[in-house]
Amino acid sequence: MVKHLRKPEVRHPGMRQNSLGLTRRDYEGSMSTLCAGCGHDSITSAITQAFFELEIPPHRAAKLSGIGCSSKTPAYFLGESHGFNAVHGRMPAIASGANAANCDLIYLGVSGDGDSLSIGLGQLCHAIRRNVNLLYVVENNGVYGLTKGQFSASADVGTKSKRGVENRQRPIDPVLLALSIGASFVARSFSGDKAQLVPILKAALTHKGFAIVDIISPCVTFNDHESSTKSYVHTRERYHEVVGADFVPPAEEITADYDAGATEGIRMHDGSLVRFHKVEENYDPRDREAVYEYVSQLQNEGEVVTGLLFIEDSTDDMHDILGTVDTPLVDLPMERLVPGSDALSELMESFR
Amino acid sequence: MARSGLDRTNDFAFKIGTVNGTGSASANGLLMQAIFRMGIPVSGKNIFPSNIQGLPTWYEVRVSRDGHMARTPRFDLTVTLNPTSVEQDIAEVVPGGYVVHDSSWPLDESLRREDVTFLGVPMGQMCVEAFEGARTRILMKNILYVGILAALLDIDTEVVKGLLREKFERKPKLLDSNFLAVKMGYDYAKEHFEPPLPLRLEAMDETGDCVLMDGNTAAALGCLYAGATVAAWYPITPATSLMDRFQAFCEGYRKDPETGKNLYCIIQAEDELAAIGMVLGASWMGARSFTPTSGPGISLMSEFIGFSYYAEIPAVIFDVQRTGPSTGMPTRTQQCDLLLCAHASHGDTKHILLFPADPSECFKMAVRAFDLADRFQTAVFVLSDLDIAMNDWACPRMEWDDSYEHDRGRILSSDQIDALDAFHRYLDVDEQEVATRTLPGVNPKGAYFTRGSGHTKFGGYTEDSDEYVEVVDRIARKIAGSADSLPEPILVSRPEAQIGIVAVGSSDGAVREAIDRLAERGVQADYMRIRAFPFHDSVGAFLEDHDPVFVVEQNRDAQLRSLLTLETNVPQERLVPVQYYGGLPLSADHVLDGVLPHLGELGEGGEGEERAGGAAAKAAVDAGAARPKVGAS
Repeated sequence: MVKHLRKPEVRHPGMRQNSLGLTRRDYEGSMSTLCAGCGHDSITSAITQAFFELEIPPHRAAKLSGIGCSSKTPAYFLGESHGFNAVHGRMPAIASGANAANCDLIYLGVSGDGDSLSIGLGQLCHAIRRNVNLLYVVENNGVYGLTKGQFSASADVGTKSKRGVENRQRPIDPVLLALSIGASFVARSFSGDKAQLVPILKAALTHKGFAIVDIISPCVTFNDHESSTKSYVHTRERYHEVVGADFVPPAEEITADYDAGATEGIRMHDGSLVRFHKVEENYDPRDREAVYEYVSQLQNEGEVVTGLLFIEDSTDDMHDILGTVDTPLVDLPMERLVPGSDALSELMESFR
Repeated sequence: MARSGLDRTNDFAFKIGTVNGTGSASANGLLMQAIFRMGIPVSGKNIFPSNIQGLPTWYEVRVSRDGHMARTPRFDLTVTLNPTSVEQDIAEVVPGGYVVHDSSWPLDESLRREDVTFLGVPMGQMCVEAFEGARTRILMKNILYVGILAALLDIDTEVVKGLLREKFERKPKLLDSNFLAVKMGYDYAKEHFEPPLPLRLEAMDETGDCVLMDGNTAAALGCLYAGATVAAWYPITPATSLMDRFQAFCEGYRKDPETGKNLYCIIQAEDELAAIGMVLGASWMGARSFTPTSGPGISLMSEFIGFSYYAEIPAVIFDVQRTGPSTGMPTRTQQCDLLLCAHASHGDTKHILLFPADPSECFKMAVRAFDLADRFQTAVFVLSDLDIAMNDWACPRMEWDDSYEHDRGRILSSDQIDALDAFHRYLDVDEQEVATRTLPGVNPKGAYFTRGSGHTKFGGYTEDSDEYVEVVDRIARKIAGSADSLPEPILVSRPEAQIGIVAVGSSDGAVREAIDRLAERGVQADYMRIRAFPFHDSVGAFLEDHDPVFVVEQNRDAQLRSLLTLETNVPQERLVPVQYYGGLPLSADHVLDGVLPHLGELGEGGEGEERAGGAAAKAAVDAGAARPKVGAS
């Protein structure tokens, strides 16, 4: 019987602490039950690292997911955060409602390619459209793992299943999709590149509005063979970084060491700074149309374009659009919500 | 009801047939409101198409000095202004009744009847002469018939003028033309006919404690007073106006005085699946949250409703029922989602249902639904229907007690969490069957993982039989145990009652009227109106105590009877189904047609009951498959 496995609570006395006095271990969850070598576990590790480095109190974060291997992972990080494992493809609705009720928490949604691009495609699109303040991570392996290896909607044309069946349907690419419908933060990374992934996650968590990070995350059991285009080997070979990112917290900005000539910065909502190292000249992560064209062109050539691909610095999120108060709605006392008996009597007169 | 030779003052019904989208709704509302302000019990039924402009639409008004508010299929007078419905409109008038028609063009002679009086008024022509512009002429024709009816039925014109003044306070030009149209109609009728007709109105003092309101407005008001802050929805007839009204109330009462920002959040979702998801997300976070929908929406929401049940997250769902199955008839009423809502979602589930009978109860039950959802940490359905939700009802004023304390259920504060050794989400520490919950963001020690997958009482994932059973058994006890906390049934007893009748929701008025008419025949009936599911113990007791028990409901498959059979020990054959499912509001005729054939000699006594004439029989045919189904299935 599979149980909820707790990790042993052994801590090295010399472990680094953040300003909250928490170590990286305080941002971990229970033991992963995924296959050994699964890309998702690397992403879990990167998420843990990002929250630790951002010094977010774990209980001020809410982690949400749908159904699938990816959606199991919120159990494996942030053990002191409330978690919500929703039904298949419907995490964005839960996140939207939760965020509507409490705008003060940090929201992290974890989904997979099946959860996001098939059953939950509509919910993903509309969460983007509402610009919910949420980091939406797609752990993308091109395959349905829990049901034993069916192609997902992100599978590339020509890629083969473990049984040798070739996929002939065109994929839905989460990056191009997000760009086309107006996502304000779009990035792609690789579970095998923690050095790139952690800063991207930190920038995405700081972004105000909907941030989508598509992470190629090979499935070692069903989609890591030679004829797969989402394998470790294929991804490493075709890996094409266009924009590297550094994340500079507000307090550290002055002392940050960077090469001013090659970088450019974007001020985030909380005052922190995201610095870009442009690998490609003339690449502008703020020009939506140009980014779309660039990514789709390289994709057609079989390249996996990665990096912080697009960012829109100041956008109105769901609360700005709907005009809600700054105080989280859950913190409003009944006295401020219920008009009282006199108001009701007066109102009744208008229904005479 | 038509009683020949009797005084018809404040006891008749009339019907207005127009083209939808031409502004007749405001004229009809004006008539209703004027009669209401005269203190006379009145009910209005808007029979409208699922269409924006151009199709036949009717407005039925019944006045009843005895306070019978149910629909009647017998019309003493009709105003027929729609060429496509004129034949039907004329055929529906009872013998001895009246037809008011536009005589600007000749009436088809084949439609004339000897047994009714035709009152022709050249309405179109009069409006062309008096007003400029096509739109104004069309609109004023509606107000013109208000004037005609004011003369014919003796409606207090001062009341009508007062209402127009209130409405057009800031639009003097419109007020003038409205006044003129009323006067033109009134004067014409005075001059050419001999009003008032025997069908006439006389001021009473029966509506002073009442308001004229529809159920969606009342439910929205209930949500406001319940302190709901997050509302998510997808537009659907007939639930849409609930959210429209909630939005309007929030605009008025939920603005931060300093910033002008909203103390609420309404999200129009991409579909009902998302709408209920948002409700669960917000409720999980600790907000009071709801969604209004109708049957098709419930079908789409089902997966998440099961999640709410199993993960124990509060949710308030308004199901404003319309005819099914599938798209059905979206602008017609039914009580067809009882079974759907009682057991929505796959697996073993059972949900709390509340059945309001009128707008006042929509208000009270809306407030109560949030308390129950929080108390029992589960989805609570308020099942109204199109008749309650979209028609204006004269119903008791809504009141609020400022000392009311909303029941937020078992939510732990940060201090309470700190005082625990450890928090376990589903651990029933004190045998209340409801465990405590924590809200995100409050205390790291309160964190837990909410999941729809198998879980232990500690909140952990499990595939262990015993651990699974332990939790689902407690949830079953929790829901069953909620019955005592739900609105109790309302029992109306008569001495020496020979039969029992049970019903829910909007069937109430028709059943009460039918019981009065049965009494005129010498048949005494006890009546229980069930107001919630799971059923209160007294429901089973009522069924045990009566034989036969007629189960009156507005669906084809006897869904209430099925639930009663499932949930009580009463023998199935004792419950006689009485159904009407043609989509129009239930009338006492429907109830009597279902009950009388089962009474044998018992039901043959009594006189003075003039049974449905040709016109009433026609009305039943018009209602489609409307014939009440009788006999045990």
